[in-house]
Amino acid sequence: MSQKVKLRKGLNIPLKGKAEKVFEQSTSAVKSIALKPTDFNMLTPKPAIAEGDKVKAGDAVFFDKNHPEVKFTSPVSGTLKQIVRGDRRRILAFVIEPDGQNESVKFEVANPAKMGREKVVETLLNAGAWPLIKQRPYDIIANPSQTPKAIFVSGFDSAPLAPDYDFILSGQESDFQMGIDVLKVLTNGQVHLSYNGAYPMSKIYSSVKGAEIHEFEGPHPAGNVGVQINHIDPINKGEIVWTINPQDLLIIGRLFSKGVFDATKVIALTGSQVKAPKYYRTVLGANVASILAGNVEGDNNRIISGNVLTGTQIDANGYLGFFSNQITVIPEGNDYEFMGWAAPGFNKFSAGRTFFSWLMPKKEYEMNTNTHGEPRAIVVSNQYDSVLPMDIYPEFLVKAIMAQDIDKMEQLGIYEVIEEDLALCEFACTSKIQVQKILRNGLNLMYTEVG
Amino acid sequence: MKALRNYIDRIKPQFSEGGKFAKFRSTFGAFETFLFTPNTVNQGGVHVRDAVDLKRTMTAVIIALVPALFFGIWNTGYQHFLAIGNNAATFGEIVCYGLIKVLPIVVVSYVVGLAIEFISAQINGHEVNEGYLVSGMIIPLVMPADIPLWMVAIATAFSVIFVKEVFGGTGMNLWNPALVARAFIFFAYPTKISGDQVWYGAEQMADGFSGATPLALAAAGTYNPANDMNAFLGFIPGSIGETSVVAILIGAVILLWTGVASWKTMVSVFVGGALMGFVFNASGMSCLTWYEHLIIGGFAFGAVFMATDPVTSSRTETGKYIYGFLIGAMAIIIRVMNPGYPEGMMLAILLMNTFAPLIDHCVVSRNISKRLNRVKTTK
Repeated sequence: MSQKVKLRKGLNIPLKGKAEKVFEQSTSAVKSIALKPTDFNMLTPKPAIAEGDKVKAGDAVFFDKNHPEVKFTSPVSGTLKQIVRGDRRRILAFVIEPDGQNESVKFEVANPAKMGREKVVETLLNAGAWPLIKQRPYDIIANPSQTPKAIFVSGFDSAPLAPDYDFILSGQESDFQMGIDVLKVLTNGQVHLSYNGAYPMSKIYSSVKGAEIHEFEGPHPAGNVGVQINHIDPINKGEIVWTINPQDLLIIGRLFSKGVFDATKVIALTGSQVKAPKYYRTVLGANVASILAGNVEGDNNRIISGNVLTGTQIDANGYLGFFSNQITVIPEGNDYEFMGWAAPGFNKFSAGRTFFSWLMPKKEYEMNTNTHGEPRAIVVSNQYDSVLPMDIYPEFLVKAIMAQDIDKMEQLGIYEVIEEDLALCEFACTSKIQVQKILRNGLNLMYTEVG
Repeated sequence: MKALRNYIDRIKPQFSEGGKFAKFRSTFGAFETFLFTPNTVNQGGVHVRDAVDLKRTMTAVIIALVPALFFGIWNTGYQHFLAIGNNAATFGEIVCYGLIKVLPIVVVSYVVGLAIEFISAQINGHEVNEGYLVSGMIIPLVMPADIPLWMVAIATAFSVIFVKEVFGGTGMNLWNPALVARAFIFFAYPTKISGDQVWYGAEQMADGFSGATPLALAAAGTYNPANDMNAFLGFIPGSIGETSVVAILIGAVILLWTGVASWKTMVSVFVGGALMGFVFNASGMSCLTWYEHLIIGGFAFGAVFMATDPVTSSRTETGKYIYGFLIGAMAIIIRVMNPGYPEGMMLAILLMNTFAPLIDHCVVSRNISKRLNRVKTTK
C-alpha cells in the first residue's frame, strides 16, 4: 500500500553553498581513515586488533562489547596506526593508514533470498556492514537477534545543503536492488522506500522491486526517515523498526554482489566557506584534509561532518563520520554584534518576520554558528509544532524529558523520534533550548529504564 | 563601537565569578547583552540557529503597542479639553497634556517593574529576562489617565513579585502580569479605576458634559449607536491604550505579520465575543449589537495584546481556538450579566489564563489516547 504524503509543516533553511552536481577528484589520495565509536549511541567498543596490526578491507578492527558479534571492519587495507583515546581512556577513534594495495577479505557472493536469514545476518556481521543498519527507537545499531516489524529507507535528504541522492546513486541500480533484497530477508514485514515528490522519481527507485514505494513532498524534515515512519506505519511501544541510508544500502548491495566490503561513498562538500562546493568520491571515515585542501575560505570556520542541524564538529584534519554523506563548512560566529537584536537584519535568516530579511524570500544566507541570543525559559509557542510534521507534541515531550517523567515520555511518543527529527525545533527555538541534547538524555534514560 | 566593546571586556572580569562586583553579575549581563549580542556559539546540537531571540520578539510587541500608546497620549489630552469645555485647544496643547499625564505612568511602571526584575534576577542568580519590557508597556495602557502614580507603583510591584517572580520569572507565570496589575487596582481601589470621573484629569466638568464611558452607558442601557464611529476610531473616554480600535488593529497587523502572536487566539476571541454579543442582543439582554461590543471598552486591546500572551495562553494549537473563543464569550457574558461593573475582558482573560493548562491537558490527552489506541488496533 504505497502512500502519497504532502507535508506542510517544516522549514527549509536557505543556506549558501549548495554543491554543484559535478564529481571532483580530491587533490591527493586519502592519507588516513578513522572509525569513530562516538558516531554510535550507547556503544562500548572493544579493540579486535592492536596498534600496528595489518588489516585488509573487511577485517575486524573493533567490536561491540555488549554484542561481540557486531564487528566494525576496516574500509581499506592498511595498518591500524593509532587508537585515539580521550578522557578516562574512552576510545574516540581507530585510525587506519591505507597501504594502497586495496586488498579485501572475500565474502560469499550469493542471492540473499536463497541464503536464508541466518546466513545473511552472519555475512553482514562478519563484513562489518551490520552497523550501517540502525534501530528505532533510540537510534542505536540494530540488534542482530531481533526481527524488525519493517525496514525504512528514505530515498532523499531534505536537510540544509544535503546531497542529491538521485545524482549520487545513479547508475548503481543493480547494487541498490541487491541491497533491497537483503533487507527483504531481514524483516518479516515490509521494506519501505520513499522518494521526493517534488521531482519525478529517478530510475534507481522506479526500477526497484520488492519494496513499498512512498512519495513524500514538503519542506525539511520531509526527508527524515522518522517523519516518514510516523506517516506510513508509526512505531508503537514494544515495536522496533530498522532504518538505513541509501548510500549505506549500496555498500550492503556490493557486499552481496561482489563479495567485498566496499565502503566507498560519494559526499557533498557544501557550505558558504567552500570555494567550489562539489561532490567527491571518497571512502567511509576518510580524512577530510585532502578534500578541504585549498578549497576553504578564511580560517575562522567550523567544519561539520554532516549537515548544519545534526552534524558533528570536526577539525580540519578530522574524519568523516560513519553515517555522513556531507561536509559543511560555515563561518564561526564567535564575535559580538552591537545591538544585534535591534538591527533591521536584512541578512539574518529567521522563520518569523521580525527581521526584515522577509523582504527577500529567495535570498541564500551565509549563516554562522552564533547562538543569536541567550538561553531563556520557553516563551513563544507553536515554534516546535510548526516545524515537526508528526503527530506529536514536541514541546510537551521536551518538558516531560526535562522532568524525567518516564510514563509521560512514553505516552507522548518518545519512541518515534530521534535527535534529527527535533533538530529544526532547536533551530527555530527563540529561547535557544538545546532540544537535541535533551532528547538524547531522554532516550538514554528510557533505554536504561525500559530497554 | 570597538572602544565600548573594549571597555566592557576590560571591566567584565570584575563582574564575573570571583570578581569585585560578582554580586551584580545579572545586572551587568543585562546591560552587556543589551549593547552587544553575545559571542556564544552553538555547541553539541544544531550548528546554526534562527536569528530571533526573546529581545527581538519583545521588541516587535513593543513596536506593535506604539500606535496605541501614541493615540492614547493624544486622546488623554483630547478628552481632558473636551471635559473642561475648551474646544480651542491646539494639537500641541492636547499632546502636551497627554504626555504630562501618560509619560509618568510609563516611567513608574518601568522603573518599579525593572527594578524588581533586576533584584530578583540578582537574588536567584539568573539572567534578567526580557518579558517585563512588554508588561511594563501594557500596564500603563490599561490604566485610566488619572490614576495616582503610587497606585501604579504598588500594582506593578504586586504583579511582578506575586504573579511572576514567585513562579520563576518570565515564561513560568500563570497569569498575565499586566492584567493582574489592573485587577489589583480594580479590587483594591475600585473608585479610582471606574466611575465617571477618572478619565479626564478634570476637577470641574463643563456643563452638560457626561463623563460616562460608552461601556457605562451601555450598562445603563443608554448607549447611542451614533457613537460607533467615535468608538472605533477611539475618540472616547477609557483606559489610555484601549480606546482606538484602529491603533490596536495596526498593532494586530504587526503582531500577526511578524508571527509573534497567534492569529488563532486573536480571531477566536473576536468570534467568541461577536457570537455572544449577537446572542445577548437578539435576546434583548444587551442594547449593544455584536460589533459594538467588540469596539468599545477593552475588548479589542485584550484580544490583540493580552489574550495572545504565549506564556499564559493555551500552548497547543487546538487549545488556542478553545481558549480564545471562551475569552471572547466570557468577556461579553460578564459585561452583560453582572450588575457590578461594566467591563468583562480583564476577568475573562484572567479566568481563561487559569484554565489554559487544563485545555492543553485535554488536547494532549487526546494525542496520548490516540497513541494508545494505535497499539490496541495493531494487536
